[in-house]
Amino acid sequence: MSITLQNLGVRYGARLAVADVSFTAQPGRVTAVCGPNGSGKSSLVRAVAGLTPSTGSIGLADPAGGSGRPRLGYMPQDITAPPALSVIEVVLLGRLSSLALRIDPADLEAAAGVLDRLGIAPLANRDVRELSGGQRQLVFLAQALCGSPGVILLDEPTSALDLRHQLQVLGLLRELVRERGLTCLVVLHDLNAAARYADDVALMAGGRLVGYGPPAGLFTCDSIAQAFGVEAAVGVATDGCVTITALRPLDGPKPV
Amino acid sequence: MSTAASAAVLEYRRLSSRRLAVLAVFGCFLFATVTLDVATGPAFLPVGAVVRALLGQSGDPTVQVIVWSLRLPIAFMAVVVGAALGLTGAIMQTILNNPLASSYTLGISAGAGFGAALAIVAGSALPLPFRETDAVALCAFLFAGLSCAAVYAIGSIRGGTSEMLVLAGIALMFLFQALLSLLQFIASPEALQQVVFWLFGSLQKATWGKLVVVAATLAVCVPLLARNVWRLTAMKLGDERARGLGVHVRRVRIECFVLVSVLTGAAVAFVGTIGFIGLVAPHAARMLVGEDQRIFLPASALSGAILLSAASVASKTVLPGALVPIGIVTAMIGVPFFTWLVLRGRRSYW
Repeated sequence: MSITLQNLGVRYGARLAVADVSFTAQPGRVTAVCGPNGSGKSSLVRAVAGLTPSTGSIGLADPAGGSGRPRLGYMPQDITAPPALSVIEVVLLGRLSSLALRIDPADLEAAAGVLDRLGIAPLANRDVRELSGGQRQLVFLAQALCGSPGVILLDEPTSALDLRHQLQVLGLLRELVRERGLTCLVVLHDLNAAARYADDVALMAGGRLVGYGPPAGLFTCDSIAQAFGVEAAVGVATDGCVTITALRPLDGPKPV
Repeated sequence: MSTAASAAVLEYRRLSSRRLAVLAVFGCFLFATVTLDVATGPAFLPVGAVVRALLGQSGDPTVQVIVWSLRLPIAFMAVVVGAALGLTGAIMQTILNNPLASSYTLGISAGAGFGAALAIVAGSALPLPFRETDAVALCAFLFAGLSCAAVYAIGSIRGGTSEMLVLAGIALMFLFQALLSLLQFIASPEALQQVVFWLFGSLQKATWGKLVVVAATLAVCVPLLARNVWRLTAMKLGDERARGLGVHVRRVRIECFVLVSVLTGAAVAFVGTIGFIGLVAPHAARMLVGEDQRIFLPASALSGAILLSAASVASKTVLPGALVPIGIVTAMIGVPFFTWLVLRGRRSYW
């Protein structure tokens, strides 16, 4: 299942949050959406999830020829104010369409399985309000994965995680995407994480697409200066991954 | 499945069983308060006599009449009205994601009160085609629906967010209270007395016929609500997440508003405005069973039924020889109980 965006636009009143964005996210590849604050990353993901009105077209095409809208797993940015539910109940909601008054054992086992895969099965019956921000983020990631989605849309899924968990979660995400052939759009602030774990990057600034492609080709001093308004040193780590070091803000107007 | 996943499933099954046990305990409490409610009154009946009368084995026809014709309709009315108010409070707190929401705090009960007062005041001045009690109940029901529709309509002007709906409800509550004060100001002394008594709330006019109407309304609304329990649970995560999970938030909210309006209208039409049950019962339920709506909603209904039933007993016993209006008793029990609930909790429940 690929996602093809053609001239995608999102407008909030008079403000144009996303303008004329076109690219195709391929199945089995992690596509990171990067850019400075207010560049339209979350709006783009929300538009693909069908949560905000948009112009242009969003094509969800199944290369195997399947028809119908695919199952979407969506994880928004906000992780505040959870209700009085246990962790496993929150994760079960990822399979909302199949839940009945009496929970099917298959649904329960699927939820427990995802929690186990993310390494948080011991938290399954804890009250979600007792968890730390990072643990909650893992729970909502489990929810997005629990419904066996064909497409997963994650808005900053690692923003509250410590370094170790960031590496674990992004590594697991890449593994799942390749193993299940998922199409994955993930908003990331950390360019080094995007360079290491994403197969493709959509770099945005001011609601427009600055560039799209594999990180090795996309992350250059020029593209980073254009998107973020900073001078950066772009290098290659010993394992061949691109590394980005921000040096200083560039003079002149902030990119919009 | 791995050992950790199997252990998680097993533990969740235990948790679910514990929650069902809480519902069973609520059921036992309710049985006790209802029995006590039937036993208490101007003539206290021993529990044994009540049970014999219920089984049709009482040798005393007076006891039989007291139990079946006078006290049972009142005791059961307390149960169904309490359950309806507890349920409406739980629904409102869920769909608006606000712990202060209830049909009382959002002006729906105030709307019903205004409707009833309008019927009383108009009925004293104009000939009505109905009996006055029917006109009062009908107007209370209609105005509960009208105020519910108005809350939704006003709240929807700015996107129908839960914050806007709560603000619209509070504004409407003040409007209906002002209109009610105006009616009381212009009413004749006789009509004013009736209005004030109706607003106190009373179970004493309960009959089997009225009981059937409220119980049937509850019986129709519950299955309609049951269809949405998982969607309602998802809405507790916030509108954005719920929509992301595939919930048509607006549609569920409209359906629930309609159910709340019907349930509140039916509950208050025959007994008057009764506060605090809709606010307190869901909080008690939430602390004990969490917010999985499959358990939370029945637990809120049972809590509401227990509270109103207990208030009914208290209304007959708190002042010897006098019957204190039930609306006053629920507030007097509700406020300290609510304060205790809030203060004893080790963590925040909302």
